[in-house]
Amino acid sequence: MTNVQYKVIVGLEIHVQLCTKSKMFCSCAVEFGAAPNSRVCPVCLGMPGVLPVMNRQAFEYAVLVGLALDCRIPMFTKWDRKSYYYPDLPKNYQISQYDLPLAANGFLEIPLESGGGKKIGIIRAHLEEDAGKNLHTAGNFSQVDLNRTGTPLLEIVTEPDMNSGAEVRALATELQRIVRFLGVSEADMQKGHMRFEPNINLIITKDGAEYRTPIAEIKNLNSFRALERSVNYEVRRQLDEFLETGQVMEMGNKTTRGWDDEQEVSVLQREKEEAHDYRYFPEPDLVPVELTPEWLQQIRSRLCELPLQKQMRYVEQYKLSDYDAGVLTAELSTAEFFDEVVRDGAEPKRVCNLLTQTGLKIANEKGCTINNLGVTPEGIAHLARMVEADTVSSSSSVSIFEVMVETGKGPEVLAEELNLIQKSDAGELERIVDQVLAENPGAVEDVTGGGKKSKKARGFLLGQVMQKTRGQANPKVVSDILDKKLD
Amino acid sequence: MANKIDEVQVRRVARLSRLDLTEAEVEEFTDQLSAILDYVEKMNELDTEGIEPLAHCLPISNVFRDDCIVESLGTEKTLANAPQRDGEFFKVPKILDEGSGA
Ligand SMILES: [Zn+2]
Repeated sequence: MTNVQYKVIVGLEIHVQLCTKSKMFCSCAVEFGAAPNSRVCPVCLGMPGVLPVMNRQAFEYAVLVGLALDCRIPMFTKWDRKSYYYPDLPKNYQISQYDLPLAANGFLEIPLESGGGKKIGIIRAHLEEDAGKNLHTAGNFSQVDLNRTGTPLLEIVTEPDMNSGAEVRALATELQRIVRFLGVSEADMQKGHMRFEPNINLIITKDGAEYRTPIAEIKNLNSFRALERSVNYEVRRQLDEFLETGQVMEMGNKTTRGWDDEQEVSVLQREKEEAHDYRYFPEPDLVPVELTPEWLQQIRSRLCELPLQKQMRYVEQYKLSDYDAGVLTAELSTAEFFDEVVRDGAEPKRVCNLLTQTGLKIANEKGCTINNLGVTPEGIAHLARMVEADTVSSSSSVSIFEVMVETGKGPEVLAEELNLIQKSDAGELERIVDQVLAENPGAVEDVTGGGKKSKKARGFLLGQVMQKTRGQANPKVVSDILDKKLD
Repeated sequence: MANKIDEVQVRRVARLSRLDLTEAEVEEFTDQLSAILDYVEKMNELDTEGIEPLAHCLPISNVFRDDCIVESLGTEKTLANAPQRDGEFFKVPKILDEGSGA
């Protein structure tokens, strides 16, 4: 029997739409869902005589991402024209960057399922303009909407450093977190703000010899799920194809495939032979960009603690689980809220529980972020401290949190209004315990007698005390008293 | 003097540029483009040792605008020059291959 082993090799191209108000080279609004062809000007239309002018915000956003990805940022960068012959970019070229991209040679660290992280190299990142949308109708023609034409896109190209569909997905989600943390993109997958093109092939070891399968590029994936599944599918397909045909990578046998999301298969795309003859040349309508050390420093000062760093800090400094730390750092607003509550002196683990188990649940139901629930970090810190001081039980804190959201009232007022302040007064609770013991001699006997029934009977007595106090007794204090009495 | 460019290359460039040339034009442009290339060739006589390549012919950089919205043309004006329209869309011959998209 032949011995076949393989290693998956994946590099990724990612397009991220930057969240500027206006387009890359003209002042039309970037707006999703506007009436077709209503956000279009002579520049978007590629009319003769028009001149593009760079959007400073888009450039700075792009550099900021470059810095976050630990890239080298050249002090000089320029624009190029890339030939393009589809009607969704009417001037017949796309303004992009060819030989002098604005960022190069960086890396992005992704969390691995097995724990720990892995550095994925970033080859380059450059700015370009998006095309419009071709809509394919039933008839013998296509409809074109140019609203998206000229929207700033950041293209990021990774090294082929990923070795599984899961790693590719991890990179994509990590990048989403980063651009959201930096505030440079909404990175909303539903709106096509992130598009992925993985390049996949396999290194196959068969009977001691090593073979590389032809690279396949899958075009235009716009969900994490499709990205991961298409990579996994492609791995199986290439392995089968190799075992059947023995075909290996050669110059010019890279193929382009599309992903059929319903059938969950990749499909070979027919392309014109010269499709990749982009014939780049320097864009004469745009002057180059020269960064100064001061300007670069100014952009650098906008870098924040990145999500994975924050997540790892939560684990190390606050001893949160990696899962909880991941939930808290999934969105900047949640992480910032958490940081503020902790800064107010509340115990991090307690705050984490309140936010992940109650706050985020309510926020999800309301379809908003945690900072928009109408509760302040101080209020939640106060609530957390009340739980720590045993003033309220942790189960009561959930109800208090919920009513805080509903009414906007503070936790202390609500604890009183809702009768949720725990009775911890040992003297008063002891009287109630005595009463319960007197009323239930059978259970007392079961406890003191030891054996099978003991534990259950003790639970019953505790329950009786809680009932008499309408749930307001501090169970820990009651338990201590019971221990003392029944010892 | 031999032509710098032959008819095969001219046909290829024309195809890439979506230009439909007649036989007479192919011949004409082969001569013209060759003459242009000969002229550009003269530049190679210059000594460019130690000279930085120029990215742009103007000695300026950093021409930016602020990220502000200016009102667009609106759908009607945008479509005014369209050879064909379909409601609020441009109407174009069906796109057959999958190469579009930035
Ligand atoms: Zn415009």
